[in-house]
Amino acid sequence: MAPKKIVLRFGADISGNPVIYRLVKDYDLMVNIVKANVNPQKEGTLVLELTGEKYDQGLEFLRRQGVSVQALTREVVRNGDRCTMCGACTAICPTGALFIERPGMEVRFDGDNCVVCQLCVKACPVRAMEVRL
Amino acid sequence: MSAEKTYAEINERIKAGKAVVLTAEELIDLVNEKGLTEASRQVDVVTTGTFAPMCSSGAFLNFGHSAPRMRMSRVWLNNVPAYAGIAAVDAYIGATEVPEDDPLNNNYPGEFRYGGGHVIEDLVAGRPVRLKALSYGTDCYPRREIETTITLNDINDAFLFNPRNAYQNYNCAVNTTDRTIYTYMGTLKPRLGNAHYSTSGQLSPLLKDPHFKTTGIGTRIFLGGGVGYVAWHGTQHFPAIQTDAQGRELGANGGTLAVIGDLKQMSPRWLMGTSYLGYGATLSVGIGIPIPVLNEEIARYAAASDAELYAPVVDYGTTYPERQPGNLGFVSYAQLKSGKITVNGREVPTAPLSSYPRAREIAATLKQWIGTGKFLLTEPVQLLPSPADGLSGKPLNG
Ligand code: SF4
Ligand code: SF4
Repeated sequence: MAPKKIVLRFGADISGNPVIYRLVKDYDLMVNIVKANVNPQKEGTLVLELTGEKYDQGLEFLRRQGVSVQALTREVVRNGDRCTMCGACTAICPTGALFIERPGMEVRFDGDNCVVCQLCVKACPVRAMEVRL
Repeated sequence: MSAEKTYAEINERIKAGKAVVLTAEELIDLVNEKGLTEASRQVDVVTTGTFAPMCSSGAFLNFGHSAPRMRMSRVWLNNVPAYAGIAAVDAYIGATEVPEDDPLNNNYPGEFRYGGGHVIEDLVAGRPVRLKALSYGTDCYPRREIETTITLNDINDAFLFNPRNAYQNYNCAVNTTDRTIYTYMGTLKPRLGNAHYSTSGQLSPLLKDPHFKTTGIGTRIFLGGGVGYVAWHGTQHFPAIQTDAQGRELGANGGTLAVIGDLKQMSPRWLMGTSYLGYGATLSVGIGIPIPVLNEEIARYAAASDAELYAPVVDYGTTYPERQPGNLGFVSYAQLKSGKITVNGREVPTAPLSSYPRAREIAATLKQWIGTGKFLLTEPVQLLPSPADGLSGKPLNG
C-alpha cells in the first residue's frame, strides 16, 4: 500500500503527548516524518507519511486526541501581485513560512517551511495565498 | 532662532522645483543627524503614508439615465446592495456591504469573500460590474427594472467619500480567552497567542500631526492612488494625547478624517477589496498626507519615531466587546515592529494588519509628486478639532 501524506496540527496541550509512538505501537503504522515544527507558543505541525492496515483507525485516534488531520495533496502559493505585505498572516502561520524581514517589514514566503495547513488562505485579508492542486 | 515658513512660500519653492521634501522616515534620520532646528530650517514638506483596511469607506456613483427614465430605488452592484435613497440614479456603495445571500457568520467563521470594497476595486480596475435596479415607477420615471453592465468609464460620476479614515492610532488587539476569536483586528489566538496592530507608526499621517496644526478641511492628499482632499473631521473624531500613569506623553490617539476624491483617477493598487474572516468585507485604502514644515514645533511632531509613539493593548476577548474601559498597558511601535511584546508578563508575537512597505511607497510617491511640482499644498479652509477641544465619545443607551 502506498504511503499517504497527511498534515497534523495540535495545540500546546497535546504537544507533550506521545501520539506518534501510539500510532506505531497501537495501530501498527509505519511513520515517516516529512516535516515537524513546534512554534514558540508550543503549537505543533507535523507532515507525516503513513502506511498500514489500520490507517483509518489511526487517524480516528488522532482526531479523538484533538489533533486536526488534513490530507496533504496540495500546495499553497503566494500571489505576489495581490500580496500587500501587510503581515496579517505572519502570526497565524504556525511554522514561520510566512515571516517579516526586519527592518524593512517586507513579508517573505518560504515554501520549504510551508506545511500546507491553509490557515493563511482564509486569514489573508486580500486572499493572496492560493491553494494549487 | 527657528525659521517660520508660510504655505505660499513653500508652494513657490515647489513650483520652482526647489522645495526640500522628505518622507517622515527621512526626517527622523535628518533630525538625528543635524538636530531639530537645522532640520526644520532645511525641510519644506514631510510626507506620510498608510495603507490599511478602512471600513468606513464607500463611493457615490451616478449611473446616467436609461430610456425610459427610472428613479432607481433599490440598486445592486455585482449582487451587493448599494444605498439608493437619494436622487434618481445616484447611489452609495459602502465598503462593508455584502450580498443578501452571503452566509455571513452562519457558517462560522464566515469568509466574506466579496463585498462593497470588492465592487469598488472592480470598478477602479476597469472591470465590468453588473448593475441591477428596481423601482416603483412614477409619471416622470416610469421604468421599474433594469439589468445591465457598467464600467467606471461609462458612468457620469464616481467619487470616493469615506466618512472615517486614517485613524490617528489604533489598539493593539489581543485575546485572553481560551478560544480563537475572529475580529476586525484579524484572527486572534487564545491565551495571548498573538497581538495585531494596525497603523504605520512613524509614517502614519495623523500620528505626525497630533494637534491638527496643518491637516484640516481642504488639505490636498494622496487618496487611493489619486489626489483627494480632507472633507471634514471623520466620524468618532475624539483626538487626545495619551499619557501613562506617571503622566508621560505617549503620542496621540483618537483623531479621524473624512476624505473625498475622484474614483476615476484612482488605482486598484491602492483600493483593494478586503475580507476579514469571521468579521466582514471591507476596503483597504492608501492615504498619504503632506505636512508643511511651517515651524520647528510642526517639525518636532513630524519627527516622532516609532520609539516615541504608543498603542494601547486591548483585550478583544473580554473588555472590548463589553465596552469596558481600561487596557493591558501601552507598547511602543518600536516594540510592536520588533515582532514581540510583553503582555501580562508573557511574551506575545506581534503582526501588523497595515502594510508598512506600502505606507513607505505612498510617502515616497507623494514626495515625488511634490518634488516634480505637480502637487501643491493647500492651506486648510478650517482646522479640525484638536486634543485641546476635549472631544470624547458618547455612549449609546439601549
Ligand atoms: S496577509 Fe496576505 S497580503 Fe498580507 S502579507 Fe500575508 S499574504 Fe500578503
Ligand atoms: S499553509 Fe500558510 S499558514 Fe500554513 S504553513 Fe503554509 S504558509 Fe504557513
